[in-house]
Amino acid sequence: MAVGRLFLWLENEGQMMKKRTNDQGSGFLRKTGLAVLAAGILLGGSTVLNSAIAKEYPEKEELKFGFIKLTDMAPLAIAYEKGYFEDEGLYVTLEAQANWKVLLDRVIDGELDGAHMLAGQPLGATIGFGTQAHIITAFSMDLNGNAITVSNKIWDEMKPFVPKDKDGKPVHPIKADALKPVVDKYKKEGKPFKMGMVFPVSTHNYELRYWLAAGGIHPGFYAPAKGDTSGTLKADALLSVTPPPQMPATMEAGTIYGYCVGEPWNQQAVFKGIGVPVITDYEIWKNNPEKVFGVSKEWADKYPITHKAVVKALIRAAKWLDENNNANRPEAVKILAKPQYVGADYEVIANSMTGTFEYEKGDKREVPDFNVFFRYNATYPFYSDAVWYLTQMRRWGQVAEQKPDSWYMDIAKKVYRPDIYSEAASELIAEGKMSAGEFPDFAKEDGFRAPQTHFIDGITYDGHKPNDYLKNFDIGLKGKEKI
Amino acid sequence: MSTHIFNTCSTFNALWLERIQGALQGERFVKMTVGVSRNLFIPFVAIAIFLAMWGAAASKIETSLGTLPGPAKVWEQTAQLYKEHQVSQEKEVAFYQRQEQRNAERLKHDPDYEPKIRPYTGAPTFFDQIGTSLLTVATGFLLASLIAIPIGIVCGMSATLYQALNPLIQIFKPVSPLAWLPLVTIVVSAVYVSDDPLFAKSFVTSAITVTLCCLWPTIINTTVGVSSVDKDLLNVSRVLRLGWFTKTVKIILPSATPMMFTGLRLSLSIGWMVLIAAEMLAQNPGLGKFVWDEFQNGSSDSLARIMVAVLVIGLIGFLLDRGMLLLQRRVTWDRNAVLR
Repeated sequence: MAVGRLFLWLENEGQMMKKRTNDQGSGFLRKTGLAVLAAGILLGGSTVLNSAIAKEYPEKEELKFGFIKLTDMAPLAIAYEKGYFEDEGLYVTLEAQANWKVLLDRVIDGELDGAHMLAGQPLGATIGFGTQAHIITAFSMDLNGNAITVSNKIWDEMKPFVPKDKDGKPVHPIKADALKPVVDKYKKEGKPFKMGMVFPVSTHNYELRYWLAAGGIHPGFYAPAKGDTSGTLKADALLSVTPPPQMPATMEAGTIYGYCVGEPWNQQAVFKGIGVPVITDYEIWKNNPEKVFGVSKEWADKYPITHKAVVKALIRAAKWLDENNNANRPEAVKILAKPQYVGADYEVIANSMTGTFEYEKGDKREVPDFNVFFRYNATYPFYSDAVWYLTQMRRWGQVAEQKPDSWYMDIAKKVYRPDIYSEAASELIAEGKMSAGEFPDFAKEDGFRAPQTHFIDGITYDGHKPNDYLKNFDIGLKGKEKI
Repeated sequence: MSTHIFNTCSTFNALWLERIQGALQGERFVKMTVGVSRNLFIPFVAIAIFLAMWGAAASKIETSLGTLPGPAKVWEQTAQLYKEHQVSQEKEVAFYQRQEQRNAERLKHDPDYEPKIRPYTGAPTFFDQIGTSLLTVATGFLLASLIAIPIGIVCGMSATLYQALNPLIQIFKPVSPLAWLPLVTIVVSAVYVSDDPLFAKSFVTSAITVTLCCLWPTIINTTVGVSSVDKDLLNVSRVLRLGWFTKTVKIILPSATPMMFTGLRLSLSIGWMVLIAAEMLAQNPGLGKFVWDEFQNGSSDSLARIMVAVLVIGLIGFLLDRGMLLLQRRVTWDRNAVLR
């Protein structure tokens, strides 16, 4: 009986699995022990030299890191697949998480040792917006990588207001000015204009708000003191939270009219034919910091050597991703397309990862820096990046009251840890795996990027003067204003 | 034939086997042939029609992930999943080799180091997930049976106890697993704290959720089975002056077995359904998580892979039920009882 045999086979499969976990060590030890010993003796001569440098071993070798299915988790997948974690003596398990809140909670309660986080998450958690916990980061995972997508219906409605070039193709970047008439129309008809973003303190939320506000559409305020954490006070466009992989499906269902999310979920909308990406975050703010690798402060204090080893492996992975002008990207895409990582089709992921971006179906344009993992010191945790996120939290009311410039600096220093990064980088340089020229000059670096000008509304950002920066915006809280 | 204690034919519930046996013995040959062909041929035709209809209908349904996969595509993904499993196993072997090497190396620099072999860190494959799900459902079900059968027996024997417990049972019985899950998750994370846990928290959560949903059919059916033991048999036990224990073991349990097993079978199939839902919602490892992950991936193969999982879930559910039936036949004293 075929069925009977299958059952038996399933049973065997189960037993085998159990067996494997039970004696995966001992049997193996016996079998390969001799071979390893022999190899060890042969290698002995060459390793004596290395042992002259006193080597520190990580305090915790088995680690579990969480991630969300997005292409910018790539440094984690590469560090695992290329054996960089193992090179540091770390045995890492990578686990996809359901959404950003679950991910953060699991890092806080210690189920995860660390995770791929939104840049605003460690900051938000540390200042106590949402869940309160001291989270730090010593590694910035990438720059750019997000886009704003609207549904086909909204695109048809806004397209007449989009400036075109002589071939009739839309001129990029498309500003929210083109969306404003559509939002106004919905408002007049009394229909709420709903859009999705991935988390209240996510880059996407701030980018979407920045873009909308630059086009005169009010994205709404938060008022945590009054118990309002939905962020829709005085809003023209109502933003709500949806986990990244569910964005396309939620938009398809008509619950939201557009969203801001990381890749591949914008390109997925193009492939599914359900929406049109209108702008990438590269065009909203050129080379904006995106994800970070976050761990709890407690964890970092308990396992400093492990933390450094993790950062080392991630730096190498980031370098690999950008090496030789993105030459490794196709291989990276192949890894990311595996079901346990991002799992979307190769073509969908490749679209953005290999330096192009498809807007309207067929309108594929070159965006070589759409995903940056290592260039432009992408991995270095700049204080100025942290301060920018804090200014946006203030702008939209997540930070309810005016704070002095020194507060911004204090929080940035509490959360962003370039000291750990430079230790890790120095070790990589000493080991000959990287060269000093690939990093900022650690002796001179003060952690602030030069004032940045590449914003869609042309406003210059200087991380040293957060309060002055906020005064530049028409929409948003500044000075002593309160909701 | 009727005197055999262990009868292959009736044990496997294989009517057609009996028919073949009959045919070989030359009994009513023609009738047997008709019977065999009916029992084999009709299901076969039905399945073929189903596959054809599925194939035809699937190609008509356009989704945002392409057309709905037909049988061919699903079969292709089954092979693909098996291949992935093999690749993962090779990787696992290499992983342990590297680990041995690294440990040996470290021992040379750091003689105090106690080499440790860590389990493979790769992602679980489809077949690993099947194993996890089976283990979880088995744990949850056994736990539930251990609790439910004794409760059912005492409830069946004592009308007072039955009246006391009945309202509780009736209230908890219809509660959906999805309502239990958040409670169980939070309680388990609060109570199950240890530095080196024997089982993963996710495993405990899923298993307990399964237990909570498996309890009720077994309790109710056992109660009914025990309380409806033939009065004559009870009178016999009274005449023979059997002790309480002997009476339970020799008379009540055997006569209650069929009902008890009906409860157990119901419980097991409920448990299996509950588990998949729980795994999906709580992101606990297992087949439910596999389905959810594929749903999230949204690749062009995702739908076919989900269908593979759906079929496997169905098949396993069926096999679990058959397994219980088999067990029931082995322990039931009444060989004439019709069991299906």
